[in-house]
Amino acid sequence: MAKPIAVYNDVHKSFGDVEVLKGIDLEIAPAEKVALIGPSGSGKTTIIRMLMTLEQPTSGTIVVDGQYLWHMEKNGELVPANEKHLRQVRGDIGMVFQHFNLFPHMSILENCMVAPINVKGVPKKEARERSVEMLEKVGLGDKLDDYPSQLSGGQKQRVAMARALVMRPKIMLFDEVTSALDPELVGEVLEVIRDIAKEGEMAMVLVTHEMDFARDIADRVVFLDEGRIAEQGTPEQVLENSESERLNSFLSRFRS
Amino acid sequence: MKGINITITVLIASAILSYLVAFIAGFGRLSNNIFIRKFTGFYVEVFRGTSLIVQLFWFYYALPGLFDIHLASDFWAAVIAIAMNYGAYMSEIVRGSILSVAKGQREAATALNMSRFQRMRLVILPQAVRMMLPEFGNYLIQMLKATSLVSLVGLTDILYHGDIFRSTHLSLAPTVYILILVFYFILALPLIWLTRWAEKQSSKGVASE
Ligand SMILES: Nc1ncnc2c1ncn2[C@@H]1O[C@H](COP(=O)(O)OP(=O)(O)OP(=O)(O)O)[C@@H](O)[C@H]1O
Ligand SMILES: [Mg+2]
Repeated sequence: MAKPIAVYNDVHKSFGDVEVLKGIDLEIAPAEKVALIGPSGSGKTTIIRMLMTLEQPTSGTIVVDGQYLWHMEKNGELVPANEKHLRQVRGDIGMVFQHFNLFPHMSILENCMVAPINVKGVPKKEARERSVEMLEKVGLGDKLDDYPSQLSGGQKQRVAMARALVMRPKIMLFDEVTSALDPELVGEVLEVIRDIAKEGEMAMVLVTHEMDFARDIADRVVFLDEGRIAEQGTPEQVLENSESERLNSFLSRFRS
Repeated sequence: MKGINITITVLIASAILSYLVAFIAGFGRLSNNIFIRKFTGFYVEVFRGTSLIVQLFWFYYALPGLFDIHLASDFWAAVIAIAMNYGAYMSEIVRGSILSVAKGQREAATALNMSRFQRMRLVILPQAVRMMLPEFGNYLIQMLKATSLVSLVGLTDILYHGDIFRSTHLSLAPTVYILILVFYFILALPLIWLTRWAEKQSSKGVASE
């Protein structure tokens, strides 16, 4: 396996007295597509939020592209990272949220352009070209000047993906990106993710309840149960041929 | 009618200064530094907890008498009193609006790797300001009304001139006060419109939970 793009080493996370992640060890290879499944409350969101630096691990380390994420090395010791260090490492990571979180005071195009210009110093003209190209790719080339409030949920989520992609992350995180959508809009969003996945070079971690979709695009499926990785393997291994009772009873809820 | 220009200049100067104070104190109360937070909190409580007229007299009489501090002129004493008072109230609006921008907005900005300052400038503040505008407008109207207090420390605003005129033309007293009422209302009208407009603006382009 090539040098992993992200590594979790014995990562624990507690909220108050409640330990929600109880020692996560996970490696994600460059360009690998990982589907994260598990019952509600098992800690899926928390795992990817820690990688996005939105939640700090209680203990353990996360390494992104060879660099500690939440720590820095100082005189041979690991000390908590400062904001500057976080900014430097988190540039490799992008995320799409369940509730889109588009900036409501900006047009669709501005939503996509604001970060490349301000964060990466991309010239305005180039940022615009990249954004338009990306919005066209997600099928919204005709909505550039619309505001988020004028769009359907599915369109909003596609903008959110374009916005994250314009930053060219090495890993993209998806947190149940279709679960806030009306059923008839789920397809268009999954279609876009499928296209992105096909292009290849970016690693993807997808928290999802869409099992058919997971089977379709994932290289590996990870089953999380009560804060631990309980099973992992290829989609066939995990989704079809597992012996685990917990896993099978979880999966049976998705079979109609 | 004389005095209108005083009323208007006091209003404009106090408005600008009070918005400035409101932002400084509002951010102060959100600061990571506990001393700044406590200090601005203390300021806000003191100025909200005492009446404007007492503060006005304080700036006008007590400060020069007690500490030999002379604010540049009567005009500025009045303006600073009004600005500090309304700034204290409006700092709560600044703080509240910033806090009420949805958490997801901050997180999305972080996910795009914006710095703390960029998150505030590009994402939080533009939305928070939209929420502040209508409240700011309401306070502006109140500030207009509060400017009439400056006649008590000898500034020659509308009310002051009205009073003088009445004391020399006693029979016209009711007419004078009706006129003053009308003047204040005419001055307030554009502010009321402004506030309505701000309310419309603020209903667009804000995500809050
Ligand atoms: N900020 C927080 N404060 C306190 N508890 C939290 C917080 N965030 C998550 N939790 C708790 O941690 C546990 C794991 O939450 P998490 O959101 O990671 O689960 P999940 O697997 O994503 O679940 P779901 O499928 O419902 O989204 C839950 O019990 C949740 O209540
Ligand atoms: Mg979740």
